[in-house]
Amino acid sequence: MNASTPSADNRLTQRFAQLRKAGRTALIPYLTAGDPYPDATVDFMHTLVAAGADVIELGVPFTDPMADGPVIQAACERALVHGTSLRDVITMVARFREDDAETPVVLMGYYNPIDRLGLESFADKAQTAGVDGVLIVDLTAEEAPEVVPSLAAANLSPVCLIAPTTGEARIKLICENAGGYIYYVSFKGVTGAASLDTDALAGQIEPIRRATDLPIGVGFGVRTPDNAAAVADVADGVVVGSVLVGQIAAHLNDVGAAQSALSKTLGAMRAAIDTQDSSRKAGQKQEGEHA
Amino acid sequence: MSTTENMNPTIDPAAGLKAHAWRDTPDVRGHFGPYGGRFVAETLMAPLDELATAYAEAQQDPAFKAKLDADMADFVGRPTPIYHAERLSKKAGGAQIWFKREDLNHTGAHKINNCIGQAMLAVRMGKTRIIAETGAGQHGVATATVAARLGLTCVVFMGSEDMRRQATNVYRMRLLGAEVRPVESGSKTLKDAMNEALRDWVANVDNTFYIIGTVAGPAPYPAMVRDFQAVIGRESRRQMLERSGKLPDALVACVGGGSNAIGLFYPFLDDESVKIYGVEAGGDGIESGRHAAPLSAGVSGVLHGNRTYLMQDDNGQIMGTHSVSAGLDYPGVGPEHAWLKDIGRAEYVSVTDQEALAAFHECTRIEGVIPALETAHAVAYAQRLAATMSPEQSILLNLSGRGDKDMGSVAEAAGETL
Repeated sequence: MNASTPSADNRLTQRFAQLRKAGRTALIPYLTAGDPYPDATVDFMHTLVAAGADVIELGVPFTDPMADGPVIQAACERALVHGTSLRDVITMVARFREDDAETPVVLMGYYNPIDRLGLESFADKAQTAGVDGVLIVDLTAEEAPEVVPSLAAANLSPVCLIAPTTGEARIKLICENAGGYIYYVSFKGVTGAASLDTDALAGQIEPIRRATDLPIGVGFGVRTPDNAAAVADVADGVVVGSVLVGQIAAHLNDVGAAQSALSKTLGAMRAAIDTQDSSRKAGQKQEGEHA
Repeated sequence: MSTTENMNPTIDPAAGLKAHAWRDTPDVRGHFGPYGGRFVAETLMAPLDELATAYAEAQQDPAFKAKLDADMADFVGRPTPIYHAERLSKKAGGAQIWFKREDLNHTGAHKINNCIGQAMLAVRMGKTRIIAETGAGQHGVATATVAARLGLTCVVFMGSEDMRRQATNVYRMRLLGAEVRPVESGSKTLKDAMNEALRDWVANVDNTFYIIGTVAGPAPYPAMVRDFQAVIGRESRRQMLERSGKLPDALVACVGGGSNAIGLFYPFLDDESVKIYGVEAGGDGIESGRHAAPLSAGVSGVLHGNRTYLMQDDNGQIMGTHSVSAGLDYPGVGPEHAWLKDIGRAEYVSVTDQEALAAFHECTRIEGVIPALETAHAVAYAQRLAATMSPEQSILLNLSGRGDKDMGSVAEAAGETL
């Protein structure tokens, strides 16, 4: 963090501190708010928590989601049919907070809706509603200094993306302005486009570890419990998006069935990650005994 | 890319340009005042840096300029003439109207000026695959043309709605060897084609060069495209001095993304006696809400990699646009235009579909020049403006493209079938 930017202390930073202490990997599901209709979202969020979510990334629908693949584009379009606005999404978080004071929520989306609402106004409303972090997909490190102080002033963590194309100098620059966790985009492409190469992941994360103490979450391409476990082996968090959004798309006329599907899909990933975490701890313990 | 010299390797010092505040734009981060910049997913930052570096190097390379100039002459047909539209001037009853004949370029519009420059840059960077977005198809055709000329693989993204409206251009691109990929997302028009091109680029950064067709997008595109199009203003400034012994009193050009307009305007920015007018698509009228005039009726926002004026709703969602001309049917505008508007160097006005169609017919019938429907917006405003000026004064209008592609739209508007 910059000297001028105070570090946030919120549910997000606390949750990662707890997880780190316990040697556990964060499971971070993503949903597009308002998909398939606004009233479904808060129930879905509780479903995700019950199935093992440590942090929720809540997508703010946008007409032009240029970094997203077809699955999340379609989710945005469904949400926008109902006019789901940034204000509405903030209200959803406030409603979620009525029953869940613990689980950190990160808003993820594009800059224009925030810009239109007004940066200060957005930060204030988001903090009041119980938002903990903000990930603005199209806000580059070069433009971030004009935005991050307002987020920091509202105790919101600025979650930032790092990509396979990001060189070491930029990794440092990005980490200077980042908070909460680093979201490592596992491949060159849009969300949901391909499966990740877990073998290469450790090497790709290495330079980020050198640049920051922030936890590192990995997303784009986590589809199966095996993927999730493999990511958990090297990263601090596993982000799952398109697979879950796809479950909603597959059950558009039956929200109950969508909830069951979300629960089952995320629950399997949770179990796989927990197994991975346990075996890693056992391995570490064994190494310790041998030493 | 921080100095004036770097940005304008081909500017002729004899043309009388002098240092000025707006010559310091964009800044090193690609900002024109508060506009421009880079707002993209992180994956694209490295390729954008690579592009900016390659472009800066090419600008310093005399061989690049020589090759560009040769292609502009032999392949495009430059310089294009200026033409005194005497009958149109007389009819308007005031200032003399001159056309800068970009319609005489190969492929029929100014678009090719930029495509050749960027495609040469792609070859220089070792990229083998070209992608582009297109609305009416003119930029797609120009891109497919230079890709054919240079032996590059070419994929053009086009909204499925636009493909239906511009079937001839789709066929033309395919003849040239390009793959035209239909875009089914969002409004299925130009802005969605641009989203899809950006998505493709993210996934194929290693071998792919994205040729953006207008002065928008993340830095360095707005300044780079402007530089490639500024040949229009440089030529016509010299030509006006040769032909009429003085500079024009006013410039008029249509503005969608704004590349033909900035190409004309840029070399005249220091000429304070020259008034500058950009003409946006007023559609059914600004008050109707059905238009494509972000500078006239939009507010500042961020889309497609840059901050600029946008047609957006109160929630920051991008609004659908309407114009009789597909090439102006875009909810944003180049960031340099946003800046020129704010500092008052250029004035932005709008012309409705009906006014543009009337100007289209008049220009065709009394000058024997069939303008593109986009260009017809500029013709309509030039007529209006000329009437307020004296016969000793002159207006230089960028006749940015020819109207062959618009036969179907014009017939449809007249209730006729071809």
